[in-house]
Amino acid sequence: MIPQEFQYRRATSIDEAISLLKESGDEGKFLAGGHSLVPLMKLRLSEPGVLIDISRIPQLSGITEKDGTIQIGAGVTHAEVASSDLVRRLCPVVSECAAEIGDPQVRNRGTLGGSLAHADPAADYPAVMVALNAEVHIKGPGGWRAVKSGDFFQDLFTVDLAEDEIIAAVQFRPARNAAYAKLHQRASHYALVGVAAVLEMEGRTCRSASIGITGATGHAQHLANVESALSGKELTPETIAAAARIAADDLEEVNVDLHASEEYRRDMVRVFTKRAVEQAASR
Amino acid sequence: MAVVTPKMIGERIKRREDPRLIQGLGTYVDDIKLPGMLHLAFKRSDIAHGIIKSIDVSEAQSMPGVELVITGAELKEFLPPMPIGTPFPSPDHYSVAVDRVRYQGEPVAVVVAADRYLARDAADAIVVDYEVLPAVIDPEVAMQGQPALVHEAFENNLAVPYVPGGTGFDAEAGTVDNSAVDKAFAEADFTLSQRMMNQRLAPTAMEARGVVAHYEPGKDTLTIWSSTQNPHILKTFVAALTGIPDNQVRAIAPEVGGGFGCKINIYGEDYVAAALSKQLGKPLKWIEDRSEAFQATIHGRGILAYVDICGKNDGKVTGLKIKLIADIGAYNMILTAAIPTLTMLMLNGTYDIPAIRAELTEVFTNKMPTDAYRGAGRPEGTYFVERAMDMVARHLGMDPAEVKRKNFIKADQFPFATQMGAVYDSGDYEKTLDLALKNANWEGLKAERDRAKSEGRLVGLGVSFYVEVCGLGPSASLPTGGWEYSSVTVERSGKVTATTGSSPHGQGNETTFSQMLADQFGIPMSDVTILHGDTGVVKQGIGTFGSRSQAVGGTVLMKAGDKVKDKMARFAAAMLNPNEETDASEMVFQDGTIYFRDAPGNSVTFADVAAYAYVPVPLPEGLDPGLSEQAFWEPSNNTYPYGCHISMIEIDRDTGEPKLLKLIAVDDCGTVVNPLIVEGQIHGGLAQGIGQAMIEEVVYDDDGQLITGSFMDYAMPRATDFPRFELDKTVTPTPVNPLGAKGVGEAGTLGSTPCIVNAAVDALSEFGVTHIDMMLRPEKLWRIINQGGKS
Repeated sequence: MIPQEFQYRRATSIDEAISLLKESGDEGKFLAGGHSLVPLMKLRLSEPGVLIDISRIPQLSGITEKDGTIQIGAGVTHAEVASSDLVRRLCPVVSECAAEIGDPQVRNRGTLGGSLAHADPAADYPAVMVALNAEVHIKGPGGWRAVKSGDFFQDLFTVDLAEDEIIAAVQFRPARNAAYAKLHQRASHYALVGVAAVLEMEGRTCRSASIGITGATGHAQHLANVESALSGKELTPETIAAAARIAADDLEEVNVDLHASEEYRRDMVRVFTKRAVEQAASR
Repeated sequence: MAVVTPKMIGERIKRREDPRLIQGLGTYVDDIKLPGMLHLAFKRSDIAHGIIKSIDVSEAQSMPGVELVITGAELKEFLPPMPIGTPFPSPDHYSVAVDRVRYQGEPVAVVVAADRYLARDAADAIVVDYEVLPAVIDPEVAMQGQPALVHEAFENNLAVPYVPGGTGFDAEAGTVDNSAVDKAFAEADFTLSQRMMNQRLAPTAMEARGVVAHYEPGKDTLTIWSSTQNPHILKTFVAALTGIPDNQVRAIAPEVGGGFGCKINIYGEDYVAAALSKQLGKPLKWIEDRSEAFQATIHGRGILAYVDICGKNDGKVTGLKIKLIADIGAYNMILTAAIPTLTMLMLNGTYDIPAIRAELTEVFTNKMPTDAYRGAGRPEGTYFVERAMDMVARHLGMDPAEVKRKNFIKADQFPFATQMGAVYDSGDYEKTLDLALKNANWEGLKAERDRAKSEGRLVGLGVSFYVEVCGLGPSASLPTGGWEYSSVTVERSGKVTATTGSSPHGQGNETTFSQMLADQFGIPMSDVTILHGDTGVVKQGIGTFGSRSQAVGGTVLMKAGDKVKDKMARFAAAMLNPNEETDASEMVFQDGTIYFRDAPGNSVTFADVAAYAYVPVPLPEGLDPGLSEQAFWEPSNNTYPYGCHISMIEIDRDTGEPKLLKLIAVDDCGTVVNPLIVEGQIHGGLAQGIGQAMIEEVVYDDDGQLITGSFMDYAMPRATDFPRFELDKTVTPTPVNPLGAKGVGEAGTLGSTPCIVNAAVDALSEFGVTHIDMMLRPEKLWRIINQGGKS
């Protein structure tokens, strides 16, 4: 890779990272796994003057269980999440999602925080985090704040994160009846469409449903109409199919590219909503 | 001739190249670092077609560390247009565009700077002002002269307006008699017609291109390291273009990380590095980045065909008409125009079709030129014929394997002169088909498919049979000459050093050639060293392409070995029987010793004979000292390996995603020296062929922008895309070389594409579909499923 010239700094704590970022003026960018940023630098689409390496900050690492929730540090790699006994036991949908990201090289380097901050419209994690109603823990010069994933993703590559803030961790309540279903783009292995379903089940009845979608539009979001169509219903093939049928109805500005037209993507939203809900319900 | 019991040939020996390559101990072009070396970067066109109005290099020139910025117009003063290797008329093609750009990624200026980063920064600082012209993208529109001319001198964008071939074509008179073809179609029970596109592909070698040029003014010599498949051709061409005599140029191909045909070509960057090194008197390096590799390394395929096939209701095919339109891109590279002629040459397939009319037109478009890519013209021909044969079977409701059998050239018809002008050397196609059907459990597989279909699953079977032209070839078939060169030296110690002009880049020649010499001399493989890829070490050579290493390079190695062995046998005879007339042809080389056939108890060691040959006291009568010989050799004909591939795929009814469930292949490449390497070659070829069928496609938009400009959009096949390949072989040696080897490097790319598409059509047969163009994009299949057969 032949990028523009840049300076390299390594931060050892979250606070140091924030102050290094501040020092760099508008020039700084955090570097963790580099799997979103470096490809852009390679193409010179991103030309940061200072890279602040946050990959060795202890506070950003680790997966812990706390008060019935799981907290994953922003610097945890996809491979670590995919193979975490804790996550696999308590909330397998997150590990399964991580295992479907890119390829082994990407999973060994790429991080949860990087994926969320970059907010590629076809990234996998955002759909699952939205469906889990995960909280994104953010620190800035003014202290800590938390944002619900559903509010965090705002637009194409745009999130609720100020220039001087850093994602520290993600926290969510584990869900048993949850699944992520994805149509792979065969070159990049991003999601042409990815749907995460998190269901609260009582017997065969769905007390509430939370559906997150990626790949179809500019950013990950809830499928509110599917959520209401499922909530309070007994989940049968018919009710699931009926909910999936409307999955694409409220989507505006569906993505179009070489790999999939709007028409196809809309149908895949229906197909993968059905698959995710079926799989979540059957767990 | 002395006799050796074969030991190593036929053994599954692990590649001796691999330990160094997988440990990162190989030396590639980018590992070459010379004192004072400067770095090149190319400013490339970001538009597909336009007139260069001005180039502002002032900022670039003023940047610290920048040695030189030079435009195409300035380079033209001392660097002539690039030569090509085909006889067709061709527009001037300068290494760097002079006044007009014709594809996105074409170089327009060059920077020489102290390091690669500065060079790139300076290239980015060059400002080019273009008058944008309409981009010529669709070859069929281009043929109407629309929307523009790529080259003013080539009316209707026709690079090659019309080349006929087949039945009734008289090459010498240049006349075409259509009566036999017309009669076949007039008398047929059925005629089927189909337009088929064999799409563009990007070769995507793991190591992109790269060059280091080092001109030494004091000696007037140029050493050029390049990631090339053929250093000797590189040497010849670079010498011709730079004006440095060819005996003053040394070309070196160090480790080459894959080529797949794209590194046969000598590129503008090679010439520019050489010419500027000469001008500056300094070593220069250029390493291609991946974006450049997608834009500015040749593409493969890109041939459209209109196919008509006719026959009788019993399954006998009586006539074939194929009109080929090759979308060759903006210029002729070394073999560009010749590749589609190989498509024509193979249009008989493996069948005795009585009447064939082929027509070829080659069209300029504003895209990267096409050239040889693994299979180079033959996969396209195989695809068209095998798809057409499958359409016949589907039309008649016959088993596709049986339609093939009915039309096969029979074993007793070889050598077989085809309607297309090839002479197939040897074959027993039915035997290979039968083995493939047996290995696949064909009847069982069909029952499995039918069962799956009855459950509502979209499962299909495909079968294909290919023949290719390999082992290139007699000199009449190659502009460079169709021979190969080798030398074999028995060192004073008894170790053996051989050189070969077959310059490998993943083929494992060091292993197979060592196996051969170990057998030939009765010594361990570890005592043999194979040198290649350096014109200063290997005196002459052609190179590695067209599946020719084993058939041609292997044969000439054996010939050089025989010469040394004959001389060594005479030294050994003199040692064993100093006072007698002896017959050296009675000497046996075995287990590091040499002895008379009738007296195995009385032997001399191989090493002692070697030592004696270099200090021959007394010198045997009629012998000169030393053990080093060389040979040139060319075959009398190409070879024609063949094989049968069978696949089973399933298509997801909801998403259209195809999944390859099974692939069974039986290949016949004649004599096999190392089955492990042959299987590796077939695996690689299958991966690229299945990649073409299922996930690979170069796409330009209407403005000529390359949409698939990175691995984010251009799919590189991965191990997880494939089931375990089930391979087997038949062995039908070729008579055109004494080894009997035919070549295998490209085989996998031929059988796989029609095999996969045939299976996809079978899987979707309930929707009335008869053909699907590659690649099998899920959305395309989803549309067939949801819109009743209209893809």
